[in-house]
Amino acid sequence: MFKKSLLTATAIFLVTGVAQARETISIVGSSTVYPFATVVAEVFGNKTSFTAPKIESTGSGGGFKLFCAGLGVEHPDFTNASRAIKAKEVKLCQENGVTEVTEVKIGYDGIVFANSKQGDVVDLTRKQIFQALAKDVEVDGKLVANPYKAWSDIDASLPAEKIEVLGPPPSSGTRDAFVELVMHEGCAEFESIASLKKTDKSKFKAVCNTMREDGGFVEAGENDNLIVQKLNANPAAFGIFGFSFLEANSDKIQGAKIEGTIPTFDNIADGSYQVSRPLFFYVKNQHVDTIPGMQEYVNEFVSDDAVGEEGYLADIGLIPAPEDEFEQLQETVASLKVMDAFTK
Amino acid sequence: MTVTISKKIKKQQKKAELAKQAAKKLAKRHRQEKNFRRIGLAAVLMGMLFLVILFTDIISKGYTAFMQTQIQLTIDFDSNRIAKNIAKNKETDGETLYNGNYRKLVSDALYAKFPDVTKRKDKKLLRSIISTSAQYYLRDLAVTKIDTDSRANDSNDLQRNIAIGSGKSAADAESPSAVQYQINSQYVGQKQDIWVIADDLFDMFHKGFYTAEGAESERLIKDNYVTWYNKLLAEGNIRTVFNFDFFTNTDSTNAELAGIWGAMKGSFYVLLVTLLLSFPIGVGAAIYLEEFAPKNRWTDLIEVNINNLAAVPSIVFGLLGLAVFLNFFGLPRSAPIVGGIVLSLMTLPTIIISSRASLKSVPPSIKDAALGVGASKMQTITHHTLPLALPGMLTGTIIGMAQALGETAPLLMIGMIAFVMSVPTGIFDNATVMPVQIFLWSDLPARGFMVKTSAAIMVLLAFLITMNAIAVILRKRFERRW
Repeated sequence: MFKKSLLTATAIFLVTGVAQARETISIVGSSTVYPFATVVAEVFGNKTSFTAPKIESTGSGGGFKLFCAGLGVEHPDFTNASRAIKAKEVKLCQENGVTEVTEVKIGYDGIVFANSKQGDVVDLTRKQIFQALAKDVEVDGKLVANPYKAWSDIDASLPAEKIEVLGPPPSSGTRDAFVELVMHEGCAEFESIASLKKTDKSKFKAVCNTMREDGGFVEAGENDNLIVQKLNANPAAFGIFGFSFLEANSDKIQGAKIEGTIPTFDNIADGSYQVSRPLFFYVKNQHVDTIPGMQEYVNEFVSDDAVGEEGYLADIGLIPAPEDEFEQLQETVASLKVMDAFTK
Repeated sequence: MTVTISKKIKKQQKKAELAKQAAKKLAKRHRQEKNFRRIGLAAVLMGMLFLVILFTDIISKGYTAFMQTQIQLTIDFDSNRIAKNIAKNKETDGETLYNGNYRKLVSDALYAKFPDVTKRKDKKLLRSIISTSAQYYLRDLAVTKIDTDSRANDSNDLQRNIAIGSGKSAADAESPSAVQYQINSQYVGQKQDIWVIADDLFDMFHKGFYTAEGAESERLIKDNYVTWYNKLLAEGNIRTVFNFDFFTNTDSTNAELAGIWGAMKGSFYVLLVTLLLSFPIGVGAAIYLEEFAPKNRWTDLIEVNINNLAAVPSIVFGLLGLAVFLNFFGLPRSAPIVGGIVLSLMTLPTIIISSRASLKSVPPSIKDAALGVGASKMQTITHHTLPLALPGMLTGTIIGMAQALGETAPLLMIGMIAFVMSVPTGIFDNATVMPVQIFLWSDLPARGFMVKTSAAIMVLLAFLITMNAIAVILRKRFERRW
């Protein structure tokens, strides 16, 4: 009797589980956009009569994988990304019937190279950072395994400290952006490597992308708080962060100058600090009619209150887009314009 | 003569030599034993030391999270301030007032308190000392929103009832519920001293996590912030009370508002599913294997595999959950039902192994006696063996549940690591669990969350200790030894 009722109960669980509709928005994606999206979700939940969306931090790549898996309540409605969607991912989306997607660029995030406040503010170039962190570097026109042990080996003006940099793992969007914005730019300044770009593109990519594995670069996991603790324990070490994290911990860590510019809110906003990347979220338009509150969530996210220059997202470190981009954004969002990559 | 004497002496010498050697050996053995004891004791002490360090670290970091800093403000609930055009349309007063601008009331009260703050930037900083929740708190004080379904709270005679039914549609269009708004005259139109929750930074400063030493440009707490703090403190407008919100709120992006109720309820539903699935199946499997199954190569193979299953890393179960329950059966992501199923796979071996052990410990004489007076095999098991083995089975189950309560890795794969603000009300709702909440908070930059992380760990540990204590009590009280 007991077993029978248990079996029926389990069966009911399974059936209702499959048949259930969803009333809460489901969001996945980048861990960099996550803190901004959660704040918007909370405000959205308080302001409107809808339930606050559920947000998973899966990383940009993981987000697209889930987002593009198909249509229907079991698939997410939005994905956040700290980089633009790749052609491969567009294809995946289209294969699974996700054909109407709107791209919303919400603003910018700087990437900073920071150390403990007990140390000095250093002035680095992207070339120097590449020399410090790459597996293979160019010395006298030849590609050799990275010989630099201390910063002063690279340039005599830099401190005579052991190179030790804590950074995010390859699954992180911050890592992708760091590689693209710092390592690629840095390695292109070497002639023999730059010439590889024409002759052997995959080799060029491998040289620029590969971080050293002899202890100079340490993958410290996704937990940025842990990196801050480690930096405090070792003032000679550096960490790689998103700007919002630097701002929240500005009493403990400081950003290094890159190409002579210090990472501040204003410098990133006006583009003089060059290591910054756009942040996005993607809307699955085909869900807008079935999942309640999607349009309202988008409206809240792009409102002047949120992403405007004085908005609450700027308070926690999002760098707002310049005026013309902001206006364009409002247009895109009002009509939920399907992005070009999907219309082809 | 001399020969015998010398022989005797030699013999004695030899004896003495032997005794000496034996004594040496004995001393060595004693020394070895002592050393072993010392090493053992050192290991235990080491373990204790680490435990003490861990606990003091967690408790010293986390205990302040159980206190909440509040600021007293004189709020002027002038209805014209809250919403414009209020007098023109008496009919919809309640709703208009409900949707009014309560943020303004807070900032006005702050400006009145600190009239010398005039610069825009300073004003912004001043506004930031009060939690964003204050506006919603004031709104709920001024106007009570009642869903007509829940008339239970309608009978408050303190409040002037001018509730108006308005057809405002709720979130879902299919069930438009009429909502009533009730203006509370003890607040609206009055000036009241109200305690509101302070912002995270203010809270952390009050609790001493930030200092105002060193150059102003290099610290988060600016000079005027300190001035305001001192003024509020001197006038008795700051108090710390027990943080009930921590136990009744769900996750939030504001550290001062974040609570663990949602995660606690999520854990409850997950464990409920785990218990309902793994206990009957585990006990059933144990009884079958122990009492009915023939002893042959196949049952040996099954036994070995159950033991192997107990050693499988938990993340593997998460991958299985993703592939089978989400992708194949199409169960919802982030729901306790899937979490419960995955965790019950993980706890099944623990329950089966402990249940079999406790079935084995029931003496055969009892079974033989039951069979001897004519009971069937099934009767023997249900009337005699099972009741005697049950305390041991329950102990195993509780320990398995405690393991499941602390698990995060398998939940990673099935989407339970998520920001969920709504409290789950069933096994199909979005939910997280307590260890996941701890993991999520530990990654956030705000200092307040660091404190909350430790506090949540303390709550989780309290649950784990309670569960293990129950297991010990069950064993001590009901287990019979023969």
